Amino acid sequence: MIFGLPLLSVAIWLPIVFGILVLATGGDRNAPMARGIALAGSILGFLVTIPLYTGFDKMTSAMQFVEMRDWIVRYSIHYHLGVDGISVLFVLLNSFFTPLVVIAGWKVIEKRVAQYMAAFLIMSGLVNGVFASLDAVLFYVFWEAMLIPMFIIIGVWGGPNRVYAAVKFFLYTLLGSLLMLVALLYLYNQSGGSFEILDYHQMAIPMTAQILVFIAFFTAFSVKVPMFPVHTWLPDAHVEAPTGGSVILAAIMLKVGAYGFIRFSMPIAPDASHKLAGVMIALSLIAVVYIGLVALTQTDMKKLIAYSSVSHMGFVTLGFFIFNAYGVEGALLQMISHGFVSGALFLCIGVLYDRVHSRKIADYGGVANTMPVFAAFFMLFAMSNSGLPGTSGFVGEFMVIMGAVKANFWYAFLAATTLVFGAAYTLWMYKRVIFGAVANHHVAELKDITAREKLVFAILALTVLGMGLYPLPFSEIMHASVNDLLVHVARSKL
Amino acid sequence: MNYLSTLLPASTEIFLLAMVCAILIVDLFVADPGKTLTYLLVQLTLLGCALITVATHQQGVVYLFHKMFVDDLMSDVLKLLSYLAISVMLVYSRSYLMVRGLFTGEFMVLALFALLGMMVMISASHFLTLYLGLELLSLSLYAMVALQRDSATATEAAMKYFILGALASGLLLYGMSMLYGATGSLEVAAVSDAITHGVQNKQLLVFGLVFIVSGLAFKLGAVPFHMWVPDVYHGAPTAMTMLVGTAPKLAAFAFVMRILVEGLQPLMAHWSGMLVILAVLSMAVGNISAIAQTNLKRMLAYSTIAHMGFLLLGVLSGDVEGYGSAMFYAVVYVLMSLGGFGMIMLLSREGFEADTLNDFKGLNQRSPWLAFIMLLLMFSMAGVPPTVGFYAKFAVLSAVVNAGHIPLAVAAVLFSLIGAFYYLRIVKLMYFDTPESHVPISIQPDSGLLISANGLAVLALGIMPGTLMSVCAVSVRQSLLLVH
Repeated sequence: MIFGLPLLSVAIWLPIVFGILVLATGGDRNAPMARGIALAGSILGFLVTIPLYTGFDKMTSAMQFVEMRDWIVRYSIHYHLGVDGISVLFVLLNSFFTPLVVIAGWKVIEKRVAQYMAAFLIMSGLVNGVFASLDAVLFYVFWEAMLIPMFIIIGVWGGPNRVYAAVKFFLYTLLGSLLMLVALLYLYNQSGGSFEILDYHQMAIPMTAQILVFIAFFTAFSVKVPMFPVHTWLPDAHVEAPTGGSVILAAIMLKVGAYGFIRFSMPIAPDASHKLAGVMIALSLIAVVYIGLVALTQTDMKKLIAYSSVSHMGFVTLGFFIFNAYGVEGALLQMISHGFVSGALFLCIGVLYDRVHSRKIADYGGVANTMPVFAAFFMLFAMSNSGLPGTSGFVGEFMVIMGAVKANFWYAFLAATTLVFGAAYTLWMYKRVIFGAVANHHVAELKDITAREKLVFAILALTVLGMGLYPLPFSEIMHASVNDLLVHVARSKL
Repeated sequence: MNYLSTLLPASTEIFLLAMVCAILIVDLFVADPGKTLTYLLVQLTLLGCALITVATHQQGVVYLFHKMFVDDLMSDVLKLLSYLAISVMLVYSRSYLMVRGLFTGEFMVLALFALLGMMVMISASHFLTLYLGLELLSLSLYAMVALQRDSATATEAAMKYFILGALASGLLLYGMSMLYGATGSLEVAAVSDAITHGVQNKQLLVFGLVFIVSGLAFKLGAVPFHMWVPDVYHGAPTAMTMLVGTAPKLAAFAFVMRILVEGLQPLMAHWSGMLVILAVLSMAVGNISAIAQTNLKRMLAYSTIAHMGFLLLGVLSGDVEGYGSAMFYAVVYVLMSLGGFGMIMLLSREGFEADTLNDFKGLNQRSPWLAFIMLLLMFSMAGVPPTVGFYAKFAVLSAVVNAGHIPLAVAAVLFSLIGAFYYLRIVKLMYFDTPESHVPISIQPDSGLLISANGLAVLALGIMPGTLMSVCAVSVRQSLLLVH
């Protein structure tokens, strides 16, 4: 507690309140005011999460900054918030990205500005709620509620095929969520009337039930991650979403699914997790290898990065289900790094799209000649995406591969192919877009990035390099929680 | 004096009847085409009813008229909500009906008679009282649907409604007569006792039960007895649709409670199996057919069918928690459909019905606030948090899982997923499409305020659902505990 403030509640509700304020500015006449309030709200929202990091006790795996109030007494549902070393990082990541998205949409979004900004702010608060909830129903409410702003963002400000993408996104995720709801109700019933997630961690569950619960959670989380074969909504949603939407989708939304595995599936159904680990690893490796190859063939930059995200998230789920410290910590670092890198890459594509209005790789070529500063930033992010040592992308991948070697050489071998494929599709795309002769008059007329865009990229570049060179601040905070998780998952609950 | 004071629990019904008669006469002398005086009198009557119901509330269960009439917490809560629903319905319909020349004294008087019918149903503890209430309600509704005499669709709807409704009433009566034959009584509690102590002719009893459940399914609009619902909802003027589709569902819930739960609880093994079929079919047919609709009223009709299926799920879990969740579901459903039909009436104007899906295109550009309210209502109907519709589904599913019917719960959520599609389509039309018409939306201040309150209530109850949930659960529990 800093100044006696319930920090997690503030982190959740402050952006939402600012979002409502932004909405209250009304039509596009007041767009500058809407932008101003949104920026203030998002920066404040980030600032209030900093004490979560500085005040965090790294030695314990217990929940911190806990808040507990009665909410729905009849079902003993509580407004129960708290973060451990795993979730606190994602609260920070999410709050960090909101101002960047607001700045990125500053000039680009011209119609219904207030609604756009408000949707992002409200979503930011809801996502913080997902990461901070310790009550299953509270978690579920935030988890579902964040679909609504994302649905609107894709559908209103998206590309030509946005309606299809928005509806597909919504229905896919809703299917998984509803099955999870049934699983939660089952757990509530079995635990004798508790919706506390931490109670579920301690509860004995028979094997068949564990497997069914695992499958229900799996449908919910695998769709969000997304894992092969339920990843098909992601390229559609990414391609059609506006830049800000893609950034949040890639940087934050996908992490929510992976977080679900750590918070629900593995500790609640450890025996089923071990039993089904083979399937999970197989699906993860298919994502890494096959989707990596799919990415190679893309002609649309956004689609390429979308497939690259699926491939990288395959690494994350692989890391989780080999059940060792390297794997899990590597996977978590990979999630954070992928947040920064994929967010940055979508912003890069957004910069190009705003100027040329095309996402086709073939429409570009020789951009380095007209936008040298941009090309340099893009280079760094592309390198990080392909896992260059010294950038954030390397740390997580390396640790997961190390963990995989311990589990089985062939897992590691297949996972390591990503270093080849990742480099291939990212750098090949980079080469075709940035290098070579100036392809057409659109490229010839390009203006380099503005100070506003430079600021966003500079912040991200520093983070990517910082995390690559000195990952300790990220990893030390999660040690205790990860170890506790692994001890917990290793214990049978039959 | 002593005798009169025993009538206290029924004083609301008596007051309402007296006022309806008075309003019928007063209305003859109101020349104003807006019928302001009548309208105010009706609203005052509803307020009076609410005050009397609260003032005469007594702890426990009170029987009246030789156990034909019962007053308990559940009946008081349901009645209060019915007054509210009727009052809201009148505010929404006033300007809509006025421009169509239908805002007449008869309309209001019939609405109050329908309300009286509902109140009698809610408070019935005898099969005959139940039947009388049901008929009073139904006959008023038939007449109201037919009120627009020059409209062919309305007349057709009324005809269908009447014929099928009469058939359903016949089925119910037939079932009741068999129960009487098997148990020798028409009194709810006595029937229950007789069955518990063993009856000679169990076959007759179950046979009667089938008829009763069929009749109930007709009145609720559950598949396969749902055919009248889309036609009536579509054909009737929207104000009448709203009346048919909202408050009577509360009475229907009470009807289910009184007959199946209080009267035939010992036969639960039989009726819960029947309800499973009705519930699953209703959710399936309702949600899938709704996708194909282009008319919003028809779509809402199918959505009602699906919602009734969900409500039956709560009932068939067969414990106090389940009944409480079903009551909560009914209340939430009424709140949402009031908003939904209210929105159609708000967007309609003289000579124009805003009842096709295309009329909602681009609403966000014409009126962001109304679009937002409709968004809340649609997400609530789809059961997406943080709206109250989620908790309604949550409570029912919790009861279903608790009763061990996990496959049913999975089926229910899969059908809600299908349902989410057509609610999403409305949101899509409002937010993603461009408007077809640019006629400015003019709203009366009273109905504008009300629709805002209605939409925000859906959100506010979604953030703080605890109280309403507890009220429903407690009132059901009290009624049942004290009966048995």
